[in-house]
Amino acid sequence: MSPTAPEGKRTLRFREALREAMIEEMERDETVFLMGEEVGHYQGAYKVSEGMLEKFGDKRVIDTPISEGGFAGIGIGAAMVGLRPIIEFMTWNFSAVAFDQILNNAAKVRQMSGGQFKCPIVFRGPNASARQVGSQHSHAMEHFYATVPGLKVVAPAFPVDAKGLMKAAIRDDNPVCVMESETLYNIKGEVPENVDAMPLGVANVVKQGKDVTLVAYSRMTHIAIEAAAQLEKQGISAEIVDLRSLRPLDEGAIVKSVIKTHRCVVVHEGWPYGGVGAEIADRVQRLAFDHLDAPILRVSQLDVPMPYNAKLEQLVMPQASRVVKAVERVMARGRSQALERSS
Amino acid sequence: MSETAADLGLFRVLRDDGTADPERDPKIADDILLRAYREMRRLRAIDARMIVLQRQGRVGFYGACTGQEAVPIATGLAVAKQDWVFPALREQSVMLVRGFPLVAFIAQVFGNSGDVLKGRQMPSHHSGRDVHQVSWSSNIGPQIPQAVGAAMAMKRDKDIARGERPVAPPVSVAFMGDGATSQPDFHSAMTFAARDKAPCVLICQNNHWSISVPTSRQTASETIAVKARAYGIPGVRVDGNDLLACCKVLSDALARARKGEGPTFIEALTYRIGAHSTSDDPTRYRSNDEVEAWKKKDPLDRLRKHLAVRKLVSDASDTDLDAELTKEIGDAVRGVEAMPACDRASLFDDVYAALPANLRAQRDQLLALPIVPTHG
Repeated sequence: MSPTAPEGKRTLRFREALREAMIEEMERDETVFLMGEEVGHYQGAYKVSEGMLEKFGDKRVIDTPISEGGFAGIGIGAAMVGLRPIIEFMTWNFSAVAFDQILNNAAKVRQMSGGQFKCPIVFRGPNASARQVGSQHSHAMEHFYATVPGLKVVAPAFPVDAKGLMKAAIRDDNPVCVMESETLYNIKGEVPENVDAMPLGVANVVKQGKDVTLVAYSRMTHIAIEAAAQLEKQGISAEIVDLRSLRPLDEGAIVKSVIKTHRCVVVHEGWPYGGVGAEIADRVQRLAFDHLDAPILRVSQLDVPMPYNAKLEQLVMPQASRVVKAVERVMARGRSQALERSS
Repeated sequence: MSETAADLGLFRVLRDDGTADPERDPKIADDILLRAYREMRRLRAIDARMIVLQRQGRVGFYGACTGQEAVPIATGLAVAKQDWVFPALREQSVMLVRGFPLVAFIAQVFGNSGDVLKGRQMPSHHSGRDVHQVSWSSNIGPQIPQAVGAAMAMKRDKDIARGERPVAPPVSVAFMGDGATSQPDFHSAMTFAARDKAPCVLICQNNHWSISVPTSRQTASETIAVKARAYGIPGVRVDGNDLLACCKVLSDALARARKGEGPTFIEALTYRIGAHSTSDDPTRYRSNDEVEAWKKKDPLDRLRKHLAVRKLVSDASDTDLDAELTKEIGDAVRGVEAMPACDRASLFDDVYAALPANLRAQRDQLLALPIVPTHG
């Protein structure tokens, strides 16, 4: 799925890049520790923390009871008195039972305390659909978290970004939610030695184009790349803005691209009602209204809980074919308007 | 555990005649007891004054501690400077005992420019980093695992980091009401505290009512303290209206945590004499007889009776003390009410460590608008 790295360049899998970021930051700063279900002896439910218990010991790689609300709260308490916890949710779905701690405490303690307390904490884990795990294990939770002032939310698509954003998240003095993807953990990509913390809130144009802007993040960036390749064959040139960070949101990068292409399609997992796509649609219409040749469209999950059956699941999830259809719609719209104008 | 209620019976020191049970008397020095008496009397006067201010429309909300003063005041006296307190609704006064200025305390209730919290929190949600106290969470319960997390952080520091073990390692103290023990946060906090031998003290102020729900409708458990046993934590039941008993169980529990022996759970039996908050009318759900019966066990009266037995107070000294407190509180209220409102530009501070671009834009938009006078 990812662009193959050139010969001789160092490649890492997505999970290895995340692990390398955590290890480097834990070596750099002894207040950083990792806590979650199965992160230690089992080496992580998805092997992201493989080898870390052996390296750092059980005081810094802490297996927890099955108690997401509990260890989210434990981490927040530890952060308020000076540590920098990394809290792994086995999947972001399970963060639902810790939502109160994140929403009402991590996100607000700095503001509520008049700046007396900070909460430098990372919540991380795989997010959104993961192939046939049913409705309770397939949530795209970033929409819930990105709406909360006080939180930062990142959703990398490539190993190099996973490493740079994870390092930045750990160093950040605010609570940061890192949205990973079970279906990305295995992908490889070039990750040079000495990748440093990347600034949060900077999007990346992963493909230049001139006819339409595809805005995506996390696994959907790869769907956008797949769709763009199909569109190329139809003579449509799509530009892809990989957001990397959802809050703060790099609206400048999105607007700049739309001013160039005049059309915008947002691709994300999760339901269409509200959410990141709606937020982007608002910003684009507000900031680039005069440049738009067509309505902004969203390609999202269908508005139903995720089914288990593989064929049904594929119908619910955003696919490259649906992105292509959406682009065809905005292109047709744009063309007819262009004709009207020229006649 | 110590002799403090190993059988989950109620631990008491003060007897009805005002003397201390010689078998259990923690033998607190006169000056400390007088300090406790002053703090309890001051707290009662502050609460009464704040309720009046709320009725007069000068402050928006208040949650009084009347009838439950012994536990927070004992806590303020028993903890060490390095300890952390994670309160529930009725333990803000621990901050005062630990040196938080009264003017700043009352400014929080007004939420004006004198407020350390910059007008962002409801009254009775105080916090003060200087006195190591974190705000409680209105949702009931989240502060319990947070306190355990803070305790685990302190233990970790002691275990693996930074050279010498401190002479007196810090302990964290979590408060909750009886209703909070029904929350998942109680369960997870107890689970973690016991498993990791966190240096903490978990205190349930069982005041018999969660707004209108009596403890008997909150749990079928005969006591709340007994729940601790299932988690592997010693549970203690103490007469929460008996300052001497509270001081004893608290200092035992703090010492145990400091020695690395793990958490203690304390159920303090007490009673909320007043309303849940200024938004509540308790006559709708509980009998006056019940309230009157508990008023006879008033923690302030009981301590005074003991001090009188020890010849440390008199009617004349009470009159002097009340005059002093009335002036102290009156001056503080006047001073606070004269303070200006919070600066509207401060609205955007502290949401993040640094002001993000979208908030800078919103701030600029707001500052371009004329100031419209409003209340508060």
